[in-house]
Amino acid sequence: MTAGAIPRELGVENAERMAVATPQVSLPRKRLSILVVFSYVWIALIVLLAVVAPILPIAAYDQSVGAPRQAPKFGELNTLLGTDQVGRSLLSRVIYGAQVSLVVGAVAGLSGAALGTVLGLLAGYFRKGTDWVITLIADVLLSFPVLVLLLAITAIFSPSIPVLVVGLAIAGTPTFMRLARANTMAWTSREFVRAARNMGASSTRILIREILPNVVPSLAAYMPLVIAALIVAEGSLSFLGLGVPPPTPSWGGLISSGAVDLRTAPYMVFVPATVLFLTVFALNQGGEHLRHRFDRNLQD
Amino acid sequence: MAGSGSAHLRGDAAVLSVENLEVEYHTAGGSFKAVAGVSFDLLPGETLGIVGESGCGKSTTGRAVLRLDPIANGHVRFRDETIETASHQRMRELRRDMQMIFQDPVSSLNPRRLVKDIITEGLAIGGQGAKERAAVVPELLEQVGLPPERFAEMSPRQLSGGQAQRVAIGRALAVRPGLLICDEPVSALDVSVQAQILNLLEDLKSKYDLTIVFIAHDLGVVRSFSDKVLVMYLGKTCEFGDSVEVYERPAHPYTRGLLDSVPSPEVEGGFVGPALQGDLPSPLNPPSGCRFRARCPMSQDKCAVDEPAMREVRPGQYAACHFPLV
Amino acid sequence: MSDRALLEVTDLHAYIGSPRGVVKAVDGVSFTLQHGEALGVVGESGSGKSVMARAVMGLMPARSGRTGQVLFQGRELLTMKPKELQEVWGKQIAMVFQDPGRSLSPVVRVERQLTEGMRRHLGISRTEANSRALDLLREVGVPDPERRLRAYPHELSGGMRQRVMIAVALACEPDLLIADEPTTALDVTIQRQVLDLLRRVQTQRRMSLVLISHDLHVVAGRTDRTAVMYAGRIAEIGSSRTVFQDPHHRYTHALLSATPTIHHERHAPLNVIPGSLPSPTHPPAGCRFAPRCAAASQECTQAQPPMLQFSDDLDAACIHPVNTKEGELVGR
Repeated sequence: MTAGAIPRELGVENAERMAVATPQVSLPRKRLSILVVFSYVWIALIVLLAVVAPILPIAAYDQSVGAPRQAPKFGELNTLLGTDQVGRSLLSRVIYGAQVSLVVGAVAGLSGAALGTVLGLLAGYFRKGTDWVITLIADVLLSFPVLVLLLAITAIFSPSIPVLVVGLAIAGTPTFMRLARANTMAWTSREFVRAARNMGASSTRILIREILPNVVPSLAAYMPLVIAALIVAEGSLSFLGLGVPPPTPSWGGLISSGAVDLRTAPYMVFVPATVLFLTVFALNQGGEHLRHRFDRNLQD
Repeated sequence: MAGSGSAHLRGDAAVLSVENLEVEYHTAGGSFKAVAGVSFDLLPGETLGIVGESGCGKSTTGRAVLRLDPIANGHVRFRDETIETASHQRMRELRRDMQMIFQDPVSSLNPRRLVKDIITEGLAIGGQGAKERAAVVPELLEQVGLPPERFAEMSPRQLSGGQAQRVAIGRALAVRPGLLICDEPVSALDVSVQAQILNLLEDLKSKYDLTIVFIAHDLGVVRSFSDKVLVMYLGKTCEFGDSVEVYERPAHPYTRGLLDSVPSPEVEGGFVGPALQGDLPSPLNPPSGCRFRARCPMSQDKCAVDEPAMREVRPGQYAACHFPLV
Repeated sequence: MSDRALLEVTDLHAYIGSPRGVVKAVDGVSFTLQHGEALGVVGESGSGKSVMARAVMGLMPARSGRTGQVLFQGRELLTMKPKELQEVWGKQIAMVFQDPGRSLSPVVRVERQLTEGMRRHLGISRTEANSRALDLLREVGVPDPERRLRAYPHELSGGMRQRVMIAVALACEPDLLIADEPTTALDVTIQRQVLDLLRRVQTQRRMSLVLISHDLHVVAGRTDRTAVMYAGRIAEIGSSRTVFQDPHHRYTHALLSATPTIHHERHAPLNVIPGSLPSPTHPPAGCRFAPRCAAASQECTQAQPPMLQFSDDLDAACIHPVNTKEGELVGR
């Protein structure tokens, strides 16, 4: 119907168009907050010190380096953070204590995560009876105060690092189980799982190849939070005298033994307590940051 | 819509035959039959379009054929196998011969795997080694129109909806299925991409001699793609026949209403016929007799009492209606 | 005001900041809307049709910017203060969204959602607002309106909710109703009912309507004019009949022939638009459709084609239009 029409330009409008400014828009920038940066640096530092402790020029943790109850003073490395009741270097004991606290926290956290993930996967994927049983176990565990549970375990078995790790692992399991279960249920309803099933894939294959790789990132993001909680739990146990047996130092044990002299030599509590606090704080900060980055779940 | 009834089945020549299929859903509000006695069959190389609005059970039907949804009642026969009684082990083998394409192309690909692994997944499950699989990746990608050198190492996140759907099609066809069930394969795609995917399916269909069940709510898409068409309403079948016949001369009042509801820019007001009144009834509490009667312009007393069965209204065209438009 | 257009949008740009860069969602859009006119806006995802409506309304996300001019009844909306803008929203411009489930508050009864705006904007009593609410529900074809007033949104079906949404939008008798994909979530027979309803209230109330949809067929039959958008720009705008039956822009033409209709010949290959939609952050220079266009020449990729007037009722931004003889282009 426009057969005879001759196209013509709408000159004025086009001239104007060229002149009009386009909007200036700032882009959302991913900035790391100073706290998060500090947290990562602190965690890295603690881990590094714990790893290289044997080659550091510091005294052994069970060796006396001078007079007992020395206040922190600059100058000599071993007495930088002071000495304890028998003259052992607090710096050395805090660094070696980091080994114990971190290893116990991490090993227990990882074992708990592994166990919880397996149970959560099974519960979330098979549902029905499996789900009912596993959820019941998790609920029972969660309804026990963690500390009471750990007290019971260490009361039955004599306190040692392996017993502590097992106890803490059990304490950490239900959290991961619930997370894994919820994630598994969400991913199982995705169509790629249906497609895999329709290719003749077995349940094992679907769980390991299709679902697990999607569940792990969001669980891993929770790892630091759980490790932090476990380090605190280990500290509490050691404080109650049910943790790592002496002379092996752990942060909780250091706080506990320093508490006797809190009035006269407060640094004996403050030094390990500060390190414990900063580490747990850093793990929580880092964990939150990771969670925001990776626990997007089904958004992607 | 009554209709149950299987007058429109064509017997042993069919590749897939579904008879009085029932699928039950259990919800907080109670149990209901999402599919309540549906029958259809497909001859080799045929494409059957299943159309209907939400809640009509078309997608459930597709999944039940593969037993991805449990079959409550009825018979599904694929070649010489009885699907509803096949063992789990046998079902796993059978499913490889009956593949499915899903609506949401992004959700149907595992975000943590690479395109080359996804597209050969069926082969891996079938026991092929990594080397053999790597060798067929280029061919598989090429046949769905994706240049292998660019796409093989990509992650699904980097794909557009159309590209993801191509990968899903490649994955399904890699195991050389005899039957392909497409559940709304293009409804999540933009119009300009839809046509690409439909043409691709059409090409692959003739290349591999596929028998296709094509489930969609878009009547235009179904028309262009299907030989036969089955119209469903609230878990029942309304009409079955040659797609051209059904579209040109619908016998069931619902089919008529559905076609009249498709926007047509050529006529003033935008629609060629009157609108269907009322809302879709709840499947939890379907009307007695013909399930469509509450919205049907021709409904009479009989419709509330007797459920109409599928019967031939014209040669090859079947409708489940007491008062078909003939 | 009588001979002035209700809405004049001139060279509207709306950019949104995203982690991947600045999304040029709307990049130079101009159109006018007359009193009582129904304008359809059609486009695929990423065409900017929804952002365009929100940019006009002033409903933009954080980290976004708008330039250009949006004159509504002669008043500039782009620079209006939030307080004044709130007076315009609901009272003069109302909007209906795709998902009625999300735009109605789930914990508030239909009654209050309907009467709240009326009481605030029109300052009428509760009883009067209630009786008006009943009338509105009747007008939009909600059966048993007395009972539905007491209902919560989740107790209504999708089609019913969209009717209620339309009633909410109509409550303060707006001069302009913007409906953004109002029927996309609905079944085809319900979509039909809602489209009929929109058309009916628009003509009865002599209201202006902007109907946004991804489906050209939805828009073409029931609007006076149609704008086809692609990658943030208007490709073609004109009377709906002409745009649909005699499109000049290559994109409109390709889009129409790629859409299967219920009259499409069986198994006949569909015309395809090759490639995929351009990057929203780095759109191609020149005509944005050029990389996918069969008729594209070098000229197309160098500069943005100007809007050309092909007839009294059709403008298109295409220098190789379809449905014209090549020779006619020389006269340009």
